[in-house]
Amino acid sequence: MKGLLSVAIAAGLWGTTALAEVTVNSVMQSGLRILDPVITTTFITRYHGFMIYDTLIAQDAALEPRPQMADWTVSEDGRRYTFRLRDGLKFHDGAEVTSADVVSSIRRWGQKDAGGQVIFERTEALETPDARTIVWTLRRPMPSMLAILSKQSSLPLFIMPARVAATPADQAITDYTGSGPFKLVTSEFRPGVSVTYEKFADYQPRPEPADGLAGGKVVNVDRVKWINMPDIQTAVGAISSGEIDYIEQMPVDLLPLVEGDPNVIVENRANSEMQIMARMNFIHPPFDNPLIRQAALEAVSQAPVLAAIVGDERYYRTCGAVLGCDTPYGSEAESASLTEGSGLKKAKALLKDAGYDGTPVVFLAPTDNASLATQPVTVAQMLRNAGFTVELQSMDWQTLVSRRASQAAPRDGGWNMFVTNWMVIDIANPITNAMLNGNGSDAWFGWPNDAVIEALKANFTDTEALEDRRKIGAQIQSHALDNVLEIPLGQYTLPQARRATITEMIDAPTPVFWNLHKAE
Amino acid sequence: MFGYMLRRALAVLPVMMLVALFVFLLLRLSPGDPAAIIAGDMATPAQLAQIRELMGLNQPLYLQFFIWLGDLLRGDLGVSLISHTPVAQMIADRIGPTLSIALLTMLISILLAIPMGILAAWRHRKLVDHLVMTFSVLGFSVPVFVTGYVFVLVFSLKLGWFPVQGFTPISAGLWPFLKTATLPALTLTTIYVALTARMTRANLLDVLGEDYIRTARAKGGSEMRVLFRHALKNAAVPILTVIGTGFALLIGGVVVTETVFNIPGIGRLTVDAILARDYPVIQAVILLTSFLYVLINLIIDLSYSLFDPRIRY
Repeated sequence: MKGLLSVAIAAGLWGTTALAEVTVNSVMQSGLRILDPVITTTFITRYHGFMIYDTLIAQDAALEPRPQMADWTVSEDGRRYTFRLRDGLKFHDGAEVTSADVVSSIRRWGQKDAGGQVIFERTEALETPDARTIVWTLRRPMPSMLAILSKQSSLPLFIMPARVAATPADQAITDYTGSGPFKLVTSEFRPGVSVTYEKFADYQPRPEPADGLAGGKVVNVDRVKWINMPDIQTAVGAISSGEIDYIEQMPVDLLPLVEGDPNVIVENRANSEMQIMARMNFIHPPFDNPLIRQAALEAVSQAPVLAAIVGDERYYRTCGAVLGCDTPYGSEAESASLTEGSGLKKAKALLKDAGYDGTPVVFLAPTDNASLATQPVTVAQMLRNAGFTVELQSMDWQTLVSRRASQAAPRDGGWNMFVTNWMVIDIANPITNAMLNGNGSDAWFGWPNDAVIEALKANFTDTEALEDRRKIGAQIQSHALDNVLEIPLGQYTLPQARRATITEMIDAPTPVFWNLHKAE
Repeated sequence: MFGYMLRRALAVLPVMMLVALFVFLLLRLSPGDPAAIIAGDMATPAQLAQIRELMGLNQPLYLQFFIWLGDLLRGDLGVSLISHTPVAQMIADRIGPTLSIALLTMLISILLAIPMGILAAWRHRKLVDHLVMTFSVLGFSVPVFVTGYVFVLVFSLKLGWFPVQGFTPISAGLWPFLKTATLPALTLTTIYVALTARMTRANLLDVLGEDYIRTARAKGGSEMRVLFRHALKNAAVPILTVIGTGFALLIGGVVVTETVFNIPGIGRLTVDAILARDYPVIQAVILLTSFLYVLINLIIDLSYSLFDPRIRY
């Protein structure tokens, strides 16, 4: 009897082990609230998109376009792209993915994405000769076409069912059927609190090994749960105790709490650097005067800004490139004063030449956003040192983002300057870099009216050879700094932390959960 | 009693209406823009305007107010501007953890604080009294987040008795619930034990000096009987007030504890909604909290008559 009981218990335990689900518990940078990856550019919604949707084509580890749902051919004249969907593509509801789904998704995405808008300006026809083929014909060649279609930031081209993609681009979707490697568990979605994904059993991975966001998306776990923890100290405690497996962004000042723990691995993700930058308002004094903008650029030094926000030199570096450092088109030309901090004397001289009359610089400073709170204080002091009158106005980030949309004069609720951070992969391409829009009131906040930058970007769009594009990148750099379209303030990264039980995580700027294994 | 209750219930309506109007105006007149959260950093001013139009935020203020009020009177709390989830569902999801932690906190506080207060009053100016008073001062002085982190360090990370974070509802079983709820409740208890113990001690000391207590002792009543049958019953009214208002405060003010222990409660919902300028959620949560305050006050008032027969409605 005793023996039988032992066997029964052992069998029960074996059964439990065999049936136990493997769940990866993660703390991402913020809570997921918006589920439509076309309506918003927030990072967390994009990450969600990569979980449940697949992309037409994808970027590999070197950020080069690779086939994903489809492979492609390009006509000799460079105007016609033919995409052919691969076998076995299914949506989560069991329906097959067709070219009609792809075209609907492209059209909805193209209304919102800056790169997509440029492609559609050149589109002659977008057709579906059969259920597996998409033919996209342009009026003239566009060498950036595949780079834009494969990009992972800020609005990637996710493929949805045609019925979902028929939703107007400004209206949020309510049907979350995708064809990606994971399915959203809608019954467990708590906006801003937690979201659960389960493995999509019918997903057919590509045969090649995973390479960046391209290649075979093989899911080796049953579920992935993102738990939002507003207090990072709590997240650190939870990863130490093994309650969670992964923290996407670890603040550098908390690293000593986990760096000595053999169960926790801290590492930088490839291409996940952020660029800090100051943006000015071009339509009001004093920064409507290019000489005064130039004086501000000369007055600023990156090292103190980076030290104030990050502190640990392992995680930041000076970089004067408006298209980012270590990117295909990034150039640091004419940025020595920023990276070396040697421009104070010149700044004072420029202010004198410009006849600066002491017009206050209204500088918006968020106090509730840890990644943006220290930069304005440091930059404001540098401007004061050069002779600027600076009025640092403290507010919460939400107030700042609505205030920066105001084109009113600074004294009437407008502004002169604010600081923001961008992921380097977002700003590495001049076509999608929002700071390099020079189309006046339609441009990004600050509204520069700059025909030269628009012409340089058009030239870049038409140019195919990498060397030629690099030359244009250098021209863009010179022009952007001469006219101070922004002030680059350096690059930093926040490392990720994972339990040692999590292995083979893909090293990409977008954290993804296929390919990885979780040991018991 | 019924007439009194009806009068009190009717008095709630204008109070709630004023709260609704005040909250609505305060939110709309403060800067911030939910459209910016949705649109993200890449958005141009034109795209922001488009989203605002879709959300109805470009309509005149009075129209927005009357639409909201009309929906409210029909029992419709609206839909979150950010997540597009019904607000009623969001509140239903979040009220459970907050109420559970608040009730557990009050239970532990009452079980600890009233005996401590009685003991301190009974042993006035003795060692026990000094110990209780010292604990009270500490309970008030140490911020909740410090107590919370210390508890996590000791009981979760060092001893491994409780999880660091998270919440399991009582429907999943008493033990799983207690595993997640104990540390947050104990953290909050430090404040409420201090408050209730001091109040119990002070009121008992007042009552113990009354003539009828001297009479009760003179009639030969035991010290325990004098303490519990005569003194405590007469000191109960202010203690009840503290417990009741403490409970109302707990429901509205457990933000820090919910953050430290990652509990998805009403406190965090409120803060998240405020940071995102999610107007329908903020309005609904503040209305609900105000309503609970009024309700708890009514219950406290009604319970006075149970302890003091002189009070009649």
